[in-house]
Amino acid sequence: MTRSPLLTLENLSLSFGSHNAVRDLSFDIARGETLALVGESGSGKSATALAILRLIEREGGRIDGGRIVLHGTPTLELSTLSDRQMQQVRGNRVSMIFQEPMTALNPVMPLGEQVAEVMRLHQGLGTDAARLAARDALARVKIPEPDRRLDQFPHELSGGLRQRVMIAMALACRPDLLIADEPTTALDVTTQAEILALMRQLQDEIGMAVLFITHDMGVVASLAERVVVLKSGMKVEEGGVEDVFLRPRAAYTRTLMAATPKLGSGAPKPLRSAKAPVLAVENLAVRFAVRRGLRRGADLDYHAVNDVSFSIAPGETLGLVGESGCGKSTLARAVMRLIAPSGGRIRLEGQDITHLGGAEMQSLRQRVQMVFQDPFASLNPRMPVVDLITEPAHIHARLSRRARRALAAELLEKVGLEPDAADRFPHQFSGGQRQRLCIARALSVRPALILADEAVSALDVSVARQITDLMGRLQAEDGVSFLFISHDIAVVERVSHRIAVMWAGQIVETGRTEDVLHNPQHPYTQRLLSAIPVPDPSRRKGLQPELAAPTPPGLLLPTGQQPPEAVMVRVAEDHFVAAQDGIESLLLAIPPQLPQAKEHDDVSAPAVRETQHC
Amino acid sequence: MLSYALRTLTRMAITFFVIVTVVFFATRLSGNAVDFVVGDGITSEDRELLISYYELDRPLFTQYLAFLKSFTDGQFGLSFIERRPVSDIVLERIWPSAQLLLAAMTLTLLVSIPLGIVAAIWRDSWIGSAVMMVAFLGYAVPNFVLAVLMMLIFSYWLNWLPVVGNGTALHFIMPTIAMAGVLIAALTRFTRNAMLDVLGQDFMRTARAKGLSEGHVIIKHGLRNAGITILSVIGLQVAGIAAAGSVVIEAIFSWPGIGDLLVSAAVRRDYPVLQFGVLTVALAVIVINALVDLAYAWADPRLRHTVKGGN
Repeated sequence: MTRSPLLTLENLSLSFGSHNAVRDLSFDIARGETLALVGESGSGKSATALAILRLIEREGGRIDGGRIVLHGTPTLELSTLSDRQMQQVRGNRVSMIFQEPMTALNPVMPLGEQVAEVMRLHQGLGTDAARLAARDALARVKIPEPDRRLDQFPHELSGGLRQRVMIAMALACRPDLLIADEPTTALDVTTQAEILALMRQLQDEIGMAVLFITHDMGVVASLAERVVVLKSGMKVEEGGVEDVFLRPRAAYTRTLMAATPKLGSGAPKPLRSAKAPVLAVENLAVRFAVRRGLRRGADLDYHAVNDVSFSIAPGETLGLVGESGCGKSTLARAVMRLIAPSGGRIRLEGQDITHLGGAEMQSLRQRVQMVFQDPFASLNPRMPVVDLITEPAHIHARLSRRARRALAAELLEKVGLEPDAADRFPHQFSGGQRQRLCIARALSVRPALILADEAVSALDVSVARQITDLMGRLQAEDGVSFLFISHDIAVVERVSHRIAVMWAGQIVETGRTEDVLHNPQHPYTQRLLSAIPVPDPSRRKGLQPELAAPTPPGLLLPTGQQPPEAVMVRVAEDHFVAAQDGIESLLLAIPPQLPQAKEHDDVSAPAVRETQHC
Repeated sequence: MLSYALRTLTRMAITFFVIVTVVFFATRLSGNAVDFVVGDGITSEDRELLISYYELDRPLFTQYLAFLKSFTDGQFGLSFIERRPVSDIVLERIWPSAQLLLAAMTLTLLVSIPLGIVAAIWRDSWIGSAVMMVAFLGYAVPNFVLAVLMMLIFSYWLNWLPVVGNGTALHFIMPTIAMAGVLIAALTRFTRNAMLDVLGQDFMRTARAKGLSEGHVIIKHGLRNAGITILSVIGLQVAGIAAAGSVVIEAIFSWPGIGDLLVSAAVRRDYPVLQFGVLTVALAVIVINALVDLAYAWADPRLRHTVKGGN
């Protein structure tokens, strides 16, 4: 199977200022081929994408050497074209979709106009014809109710739908090459599965080549034909996807592969402890008042967390899994008493803290500490490390300068950083090191429980691995408990003794990690598990997302009305599943099975209209 | 829509009431009202007569209530000096003021938005620096200095433009420029910053990746976003600066507007005129602000539902 090349990169070198982002990079993309460009942050993969479209100059970079050639009619050497000539190529022969669907669309322009603009520009369509074509483009990416979307604005759509609009825009002119720069990284795993399926399907339909940029080996395995691995701007490996996965040649590829979280790679053994729980949450609810209109009865409540119960034993890690908007961060904040619960009880080491006031709560805060997602934003940039990581201890028990130094040295050693880090400032550390600092800060008061809210989500896989390993070690040494909140089930598996799956404000399934992952009972858990890309190209999935989403219960209700209560049904030892209205029947209809053995059609997707407008 | 309008109107009414109160007491606190009003050189009998005619002998709070009552019957009294209804005196001054304000605002928008965009795009080159230098200069030179300087050059030395008054189109040139000067400086700087924010956004890169030309990207995608922020500052700051500026500029150029009227009324302690004039200006600023707020909420689709009501 030798296809003619579409794009050739020859000895490409790129730089930003004095920093060499890419050195001597060469590879080809054939017509219709999917090439995955893989690497961790800073490897130069996005710079390469921007260079192909010649957008890199606008972002403050430049092409130092090498050639970028787009074959076809006519064959163009992109690296030498003027901006005016490039405008004929961009969005027409080569188009691009970006990582952040939330910010990549113009917030004040109707979606229809944003898509139609491309059609008018490259196909010379009139206003009305372009609008019709935009409608068809939206229908092609399976956006429900495309007619209505034309006049909507980005903020009215979910992240997944926005990314579909981006794809519609990029494919409007049936390009020869689509560059997709981490297009699913910001999306939930089920949404990611839908977008990936859509991209494969559209590729079949249009026959374009795809340059897929990602750090996620699971995604690579599920759609790439060939793989190029980048490290610090250099190509370290290139080959067919099977070869790279089965017989990686470069040591770095093997490291990357090993660090990639794989589902089923083993969870910590469940604890057999009869000790009283560190944290016990009973029927916790958090409501937000949404609208207070003038009319009577117009008040609504948003039930962000509803009837949630769980407990964490000393030395145990409970993994809380759920997609964005399911209420997991709200739950964490309620447990910390950063927001007031509207119902239920929270007990910390046996003491009821649900309604505890000021001073008493203040002193209890040292028993629960938090590690946040963004290590760049959660450290005060103007404080030296010694002050940063000992601040919680200093607040609770005034420490002398000398004691703070001693404590800092001890904490730094504990989290695997050099003692001389104490005098540096946060900006002098990498993302992973900063997250270590955040953990050190949490440890400074010897907490019984640490809430880690997406604590490794912003990190590269290999760094994330080091951080979760560190958490495991600290747990073994100090017996600290963790509530580990993440949307990434594979990471959760690696650290959690038990798992709780959260969906639409409720915990729908909880149990030992192995049990929940290997014998999921709730339809939502099953769908979540089936959506995870498997880092194994031989187990590639079909074009359709495999399970339709169960309809979530409405959470926005008139004041006074309660969402349906979740009754937890015991299915095995320590394994409970929510039996809600309507879901109970679903539960009984679907026999327990392993996620990869299912064949389901997405019945919710509307029929695709055949369109030929380009 | 209805609830939004209701909220806005209530807010406007409260603001106006506070201003009415402040204006009333502030004018009374500025000196012995009786002496200023009736002046010197009259007999004490006449003096008593006048005082009771203007009801200045009654307690301050009773006067205040009477003043509030004037809003219900529309009788705001007579000017102490001209002996005419103050509403007539003030209302005939509105149109000249509005003309000058409109001219100055138009000039400001026409000059500062393109300049701000240019300064943002070429922020690292001498062009951007030059624009910002001029803008800072606009800040640094007070409007009355600019006015007098222009009079000196264009009227006295070159004899090209009329010095004072508002008879012809030529009369507009100097007051408009003098008033717009500081506004241009402020809005250019603001436009530049708003554009700089937008230029770094992801959707600008998306627009370029579509193949749009740079001009198209900046005008259609950039300005459309920056424009919303610019609109808000026009309402909040520019209207205020303009109102303040008009007092000085109209007085200098003897422009028969409200500003000029206020200055002379203040000098002559003509309270009824001063009160009514200040309240008219305040009402104008409140209304302009509300209109800009409305336009702002309308222009930004993320806020539009607050105007329409419902979700």
